[in-house]
Amino acid sequence: QVSAALKEGRVTPTELCQRCLALVQSTKFLNAYITVAEETALKQAEESEKRYRRGQPLGVLDGIPIAVKDNFNTAGIETTCASNMLKGYISPYNATVVQKLLDQGAVLLGKTNLDEFAMGSGSTDGVFGPVRNPWSYSRQYKEKSVPKPHSEDEESDWVITGGSSGGSAAAVSSFTCFAALGSDTGGSTRNPAAHCGVVGLKPTYGLISRHGLIPLVNSMDVPGILTRCVDDAAVVLGSLAGHDPKDSTTVQDNFKPFELPNLTDVSKLSIGIPKEYRAPGLSSEILSLWSKAADLFKSAGAKVIEVSLPHTCYSIVCYHVLCTTEVASNMARFDGLEYGHRSDMNKSTESMYAATRREGFNDVVRGRILSGNYFLLKQNYENYFIKAQKVRRLIANDFVKVFGSGVDVLLTPTTLSDAVPYKEFIKEDNRTRSTQDDILTQAANMAGLPAINVPTALSERGLPVGLQFIGRSFQEKQLLTVAKWFEKQVKFPVIQLEEVKRHGHGVFQHQKSASFS
Amino acid sequence: AARGCAGVWRRACQRGAGGPAPRGQRDVSCNARGGAVPAGKSGLAPWVPVVGLEIHAQISSNSKLFSGSQVQFAAPPNSLVSFFDASLPGTLPVLNRRCVEAAVMTGLALNCSINKKSLFDRKHYFYADLPAGYQITQQRVPIAVNGSLSYSLCIDNKMSQMVTKTVRIKQIQLEQDSGKSLHDDTRSQTLVDLNRAGVGLMEVVMEPDMCCGEEAAAAVRELQLILQTLGSSQAVMAEGQLRVDANVSVHHPGEPYGVRTEVKNINSIRFLAKAVDYEIQRQIEELENGGTILNETRAFDSKLGCTVPMRDKEGKQDYRFMPEPNLPPLILYDAKSLPANINHQQVVNIDWIHERLPDLPSVKRAKLVERYGILPEHSFTLLNEDGLTEFFENVVKQTQMKPKKVIGWILNDLLSYLKQHSLTVKESPVSSCVLADLLNLLEKKEISSTAAKQVLAELWKGEGKTPLEIVKEKKLELIQDQKELEQICQAVIDGQENE
Repeated sequence: QVSAALKEGRVTPTELCQRCLALVQSTKFLNAYITVAEETALKQAEESEKRYRRGQPLGVLDGIPIAVKDNFNTAGIETTCASNMLKGYISPYNATVVQKLLDQGAVLLGKTNLDEFAMGSGSTDGVFGPVRNPWSYSRQYKEKSVPKPHSEDEESDWVITGGSSGGSAAAVSSFTCFAALGSDTGGSTRNPAAHCGVVGLKPTYGLISRHGLIPLVNSMDVPGILTRCVDDAAVVLGSLAGHDPKDSTTVQDNFKPFELPNLTDVSKLSIGIPKEYRAPGLSSEILSLWSKAADLFKSAGAKVIEVSLPHTCYSIVCYHVLCTTEVASNMARFDGLEYGHRSDMNKSTESMYAATRREGFNDVVRGRILSGNYFLLKQNYENYFIKAQKVRRLIANDFVKVFGSGVDVLLTPTTLSDAVPYKEFIKEDNRTRSTQDDILTQAANMAGLPAINVPTALSERGLPVGLQFIGRSFQEKQLLTVAKWFEKQVKFPVIQLEEVKRHGHGVFQHQKSASFS
Repeated sequence: AARGCAGVWRRACQRGAGGPAPRGQRDVSCNARGGAVPAGKSGLAPWVPVVGLEIHAQISSNSKLFSGSQVQFAAPPNSLVSFFDASLPGTLPVLNRRCVEAAVMTGLALNCSINKKSLFDRKHYFYADLPAGYQITQQRVPIAVNGSLSYSLCIDNKMSQMVTKTVRIKQIQLEQDSGKSLHDDTRSQTLVDLNRAGVGLMEVVMEPDMCCGEEAAAAVRELQLILQTLGSSQAVMAEGQLRVDANVSVHHPGEPYGVRTEVKNINSIRFLAKAVDYEIQRQIEELENGGTILNETRAFDSKLGCTVPMRDKEGKQDYRFMPEPNLPPLILYDAKSLPANINHQQVVNIDWIHERLPDLPSVKRAKLVERYGILPEHSFTLLNEDGLTEFFENVVKQTQMKPKKVIGWILNDLLSYLKQHSLTVKESPVSSCVLADLLNLLEKKEISSTAAKQVLAELWKGEGKTPLEIVKEKKLELIQDQKELEQICQAVIDGQENE
């Protein structure tokens, strides 16, 4: 819709950009953005405006404000990964996905906050502080929360966004941008999407280029897409997918961008409900929501069957081994020599390396490096790394079998519960939290499959809860079509933020859901 | 037991306490006929030296193994470094097709089996010249395995008898070169130049089938010629395009192999022979004195002519090998397995490469011997000297003199002049046409061979005179006229009578 508005001249790219930037400012307390690229964004908006005036917009994304997670390289704009190691690091090149968006005329508002180096499930462990879930300030949440005596700080009840792409999710959720890039290695796009009530798409591994995405686990990372509706996710996917010669892990097949059909008849659809996803700790609320969703499909005529993915219970342990080993390897380049933080310690090269890395990384990163190196030692390699690879193959095969038996799409919860208050969340350490929170999203990364979170309903506490669809390899069109149908059925409510209302954004207010097309 | 010769080594002379072997020690050589020489002479049990080699050859390509930056020797520091070479976060490796072809060519030339599927791995260690903290190499499944290299040696230092030996090639793997670090001790700093970081290397591993410095040197020389013929590497040791590390150990016949040391920092083929021989000698003396050999890395000091322990490598390194996740397995095809609708830009066809391999040195030599009737030893020398074969063939084309005779002039006269003046064939002041002219005069019996040598000496000055001009100048013509000759002889006889 906003794209149409731009085309018709009802609003100009510059106006749009300015309003979004103003909103970024007024929602500063969410801490969603690490860097706001005001100057360059306005320039890009200007250029876009010129194109619209000539009647030659580059496409649907021309003039659309977007945000990018701060682990994507952006030329000339600081890229920090929320780490001291890269504070002040200005990359000389754009990640392929960033370049593609810019080539389409998108306006880059800024870089969003995350857990340091994308390690975490709360967006709480970065050096710039935690990200606050915009829903903490929504009328819906405030209405449901127990009124506090005035002596207590009202602010301290805010809930987390989930992670690690929390900043991107919060940015989209609070209307500061129309789409954001996140990354997904174990659920890092889908998890915060669920907690912030936005659509979070994890594409098939190999569909979208990782060139320029600072890696966590090279064999599982994918760029993630966060938007306010499924159609928008399809549009962004269309502009990003396809082979990149700079990334040897992207497939060479031609990718054709698609428009999502408005599915009316789901009778030919087969939805699988994996029983192992009834995980320990799954809240009864979500359990019942999941069940209602299954019934929704059933009553619409789809075939809904229970399936089994027997190796699901091993995925977290397997992920820990494979993730930490890759982390240990990927982080080896951060030695302060060529770029990034360099310690003043200069007694010897080794001592400089050690000090730089101790000063630059937080304990989550350091912990994973140490574990990873342990698993890679000659004497441990066979028992840990090789075994984990074998288990990974088994997990992937579980999906192959299920999809091979005629199931089109799997329906599962995305998270165990709605967003917890920050105070609660930090009671447990990062590793424990990740172990708990990744369980429903992790296996899709193991198997390289596409998966999407669709905001479904509000919890009793007035916070978003989403459900996840997992699709077949490279069948994003089918996956998104089903997701769109579901989205239409559930009519997830728009967040009612006082701040947004105050600024009177005409474009945002009178819609059920903000979207591009 | 080591194949090839079963060399016998004995202490050549008394060794002083510590320090390098004294000068004057004669070069020890292997017993090429095989079989141990009985321990009669000094009463000591014979030793069998075992020598293996790890050779790194820089691939001759325009760009690096995984990035597009240029490959060039002696460029300004850090001027050939791409984002990937500098290990900027988020960059990914992209395999260079030319490097794969170079490795396949080399594998085929060395009679290896080419692995149609090979894998890339990360080898982790921290060092200033390794920006990513790991090297991408092929540890699990390299591109080529199980080959062999034949080389020849002269027995007894004479060019008359040559014997052919073979060394097994364990494998050839593709890997990245590291950057260069220069230690500036005065300012307590290390300067890092990443121009070389990421250049493609072929690591050729030769099994421990050799037994002395001479064999090692001959094997490396032959490999160098092969690489240069293929064009897969320029293999110039002085420019660091060919680096050799030697693995040396000794043991008594019938006993298990001894502890081996690795010798690095060998900068020429000549030094390779010296380093290997020194190390063998050192180990024998150490063991005969009741000492033990440490499994260590030693550096060759060319000034002192000995090996010394290297300070940097302490303890055993665990390289924490891990598959390189950003590079899918490397799949190569042959005519049979090539899929129908494949993009030819995207595949490497082993058979296609095989068909286009140039004549290897051994084939070239055989052809020279057959075509020109020269001796095998001659063909070795011709190929050994850059440009000499071409020179020889050009002279043969332009002269009536038989090649069998021409070769003598090339190898005895021309070559010795070149060596004396440290010139390459390209720098020769005497061109092939000029030499051919000279040889024609000789062939037509217009001058004697002694005269011809004098003319050559004159030509060597490079003053631009033709052979004919010099002959006329120095009046070196052979007198053909019968009457004239009679007159001279008569004059001599008359002169004699007067005494």
